[in-house]
Amino acid sequence: MSGPSNYQPTNPALKWIERRLPILGLMHSSFVAYPTPRNLNYWWTFGAILSMMLALQIVTGVIMAMHYTPHVDMAFKSVEGIVRDVNYGWLLRNMHASGASMFFIAVYIHMFRGLYYGSYKEPREILWILGVIIYLLMMATGFMGYVLPWGQMSFWGATVITNLFSAIPYVGDSIVTLLWGGYSVGNPTLNRFFSLHYLLPFVIAGVVVLHVWALHVAGQNNPAGVEPKTEKDTVPFTPYATMKDAFGVSCFMLFFAWFIFYMPNYLGDAENYIPANPGVTPAHIVPEWYYLPFYAILRSIPDKLAGVIAMFGAILILAFLPWLDSAKTKSSKYRPLAKQFFWIFVLVCLLLGWLGGKPAEGIYVIAGRILTFCYFAYFLIVLPVLSRIEKPRPVPNSIADDVLAKSGGKSAPMVSSVIALAVAGALFAGSVQDARAAEGQEIPPSLKWSFAGPVGKFDRGALQRGLKVYKEVCASCHGLSYIAFRNLADAGGPGFSMAQATAFASEYKVKDGPNDAGDMFERPGRPADYFPSPFPNDQAARAANGGALPPDLSLITKARSYPRGFPQFIVDFFTQYQEQGPNYVSALMQGYLETPPAGFKLAEGSYYNKYFPGHAIKMPNPLSDGQVTYDDGSPATVAQYSRDVTHFLMWTAEPHMEARKKLGMQVFVFLILLTGLLYFTKKKIWANAH
Amino acid sequence: MLVPLVLQMNPDASTIAAGAPIEVDLAPIAEGQDIKVFWRGKPIYISHRTKKQIDDARKVTVASLPDPESDEARVKPGKDQWLVVIGICTHLGCIPIAHQGEYDGFFCPCHGSVYDTSGRIRSGPAPTNLPVPPYQFVSDTKIQIG
Repeated sequence: MSGPSNYQPTNPALKWIERRLPILGLMHSSFVAYPTPRNLNYWWTFGAILSMMLALQIVTGVIMAMHYTPHVDMAFKSVEGIVRDVNYGWLLRNMHASGASMFFIAVYIHMFRGLYYGSYKEPREILWILGVIIYLLMMATGFMGYVLPWGQMSFWGATVITNLFSAIPYVGDSIVTLLWGGYSVGNPTLNRFFSLHYLLPFVIAGVVVLHVWALHVAGQNNPAGVEPKTEKDTVPFTPYATMKDAFGVSCFMLFFAWFIFYMPNYLGDAENYIPANPGVTPAHIVPEWYYLPFYAILRSIPDKLAGVIAMFGAILILAFLPWLDSAKTKSSKYRPLAKQFFWIFVLVCLLLGWLGGKPAEGIYVIAGRILTFCYFAYFLIVLPVLSRIEKPRPVPNSIADDVLAKSGGKSAPMVSSVIALAVAGALFAGSVQDARAAEGQEIPPSLKWSFAGPVGKFDRGALQRGLKVYKEVCASCHGLSYIAFRNLADAGGPGFSMAQATAFASEYKVKDGPNDAGDMFERPGRPADYFPSPFPNDQAARAANGGALPPDLSLITKARSYPRGFPQFIVDFFTQYQEQGPNYVSALMQGYLETPPAGFKLAEGSYYNKYFPGHAIKMPNPLSDGQVTYDDGSPATVAQYSRDVTHFLMWTAEPHMEARKKLGMQVFVFLILLTGLLYFTKKKIWANAH
Repeated sequence: MLVPLVLQMNPDASTIAAGAPIEVDLAPIAEGQDIKVFWRGKPIYISHRTKKQIDDARKVTVASLPDPESDEARVKPGKDQWLVVIGICTHLGCIPIAHQGEYDGFFCPCHGSVYDTSGRIRSGPAPTNLPVPPYQFVSDTKIQIG
């Protein structure tokens, strides 16, 4: 499509460059003069959205790599350091972490669009195959990136996924050892994953260049599925497509910002806020939502090797699509049967994703098998058969005819499919939550927190009282090792002055050294010191607590959660509800029963708690009325203590929450204005093209 | 040329050295107790089984098990009370909890696989028994794993 450029610079400097390296002409013919079909709909803006997401991921990732330490002892801490101490680190981290999910949402829409409109058909086979390669690279990159924070899900996800290769006959175990660089997932594994996670995005960028090149040779497909024939069928890329893409990108940014600023942990797993522990497996190992359909296929096949082959086959089969579907008509708009099967296929994929988050037992296994069959049947039976028996409706003569035929608005199906996709996305997220359900624990009551919602703020009084409860009660067993005394004076915190924080720190004894004589010594705490842990190491903590390790409380409100169930979690997305952690922590401290219910066998040294998973908790009831004296006249009750200390622990888990919500508001105002402006600009530009 | 580029990924010298056999002193483990040691990053359960636990393990008809293997074949001759198994569930790699489940053996909290006092799979999705690592007795109260 893009012939030799007719670009003639007039500026002498540009002329000088252009004669030696015709890069301006290349840019001009690719992104300005390039003819794009005039009937493209908004599904076509996802190409631009994906380019932006790739660029954003690379930029935020390269910056975070400057602060990250790929070592098993330091990785988790360094990620917390990025979030807590690096300037705007919380923003970069949220962008990068939810950015991965956004990238996959966009790529799935992009792929389904290609599937629906037959964008893989002649002459775009190579374009499509390059896309499949990009998708595979994205999956590898996403998986290795998820390992880097070195939380529980990182570690166990890496263990389960690398173990897939052990299914290969004869050499499987050697390959797994080769991947690990050891005898289990460990430091060498983390190091190489970091290296590859840094490398692969640039490989993706390289393949994207090929992808765009192939696109510009074959030209874009379009909703009518007929190739442009005359000038009338196309419009120049700039300003038409540029403005439309800019508007699409801006809308997507709004969606993205909702996650960055208000729901940063909605798509994540609470378990990943617990540092990796090779000795304890989480109850449900669930991959990130974007792998769930393939995870479901893996588990539905009873044989280990066959399951792995089916899983990889499910992705690789996409590369053969151009030859499996030989129908001449491209767009499913004109293929009545293919259209219905397409939507059934979308549903199959969504259901597989939902199943991937369920435990592999009972009815789920049977459903998984049926759906796996449906998935492969779509490619191997439905599409080949349809291309032989289906009678397509007549396609328009040209793109111009197609545009004229429907000058009346056709937005209704668009809106309904957007809603369907939104629900589907939420379903995915919910299935992850469901996977952690069914532990037989009582659901903690939902409390009202002042920090909830888009403008929520911490209550300074509650933070100070909570600190007092922590110091006088919790601190005898639980550490708070990510919090330094200086943090007490941070904006958005308990509101200490620096002098107060210094005075508070000096009440603590901190171990320092060695001094000139080579001895360790104790000195009063300084603001830069962290809260000292009550035990010198985990073993001592276990020994003093009947074998149970009292967890560090810095992140506890983000590391605990419970499922909200369907359809509540969809509502939660819109109401920004994410207070499961605080609800649980607060409920746990009030959930002790003197005598366990009849029939419950309580082991010695354990206590019965209504809200603890499994009910037998090693921590004795920590709070009693009147135990801590409040100076501000708040009631000295267990209910008040639990609330205050939970409030405080929410701040320790997310000290920059107020800054996040404040910046979020500004970004939203800006983005809404920008989107509005772009919409009207786009409308004006396109006014004469319709 | 490719060989060094690929093989560098294998465990390096220090990792291999750290994965050398370890010796474990069994004397402090009382009857009915078990300990967990790590070897090559894998948890190894060492159980000092009671008479009842041994009898339980030997009562069953071997052929009726999902992965038939006799208890005698899983312990060292004359050391019936010592069971040494790799504590990694053969289903999806989780770590089972000792002294739990209906057979008082091991119970995997992930997907509910139940192992008996010989570490053999009895019910649940796991396909095979907990593997026995290579080990031998260097003295009456000391074993070498690896």
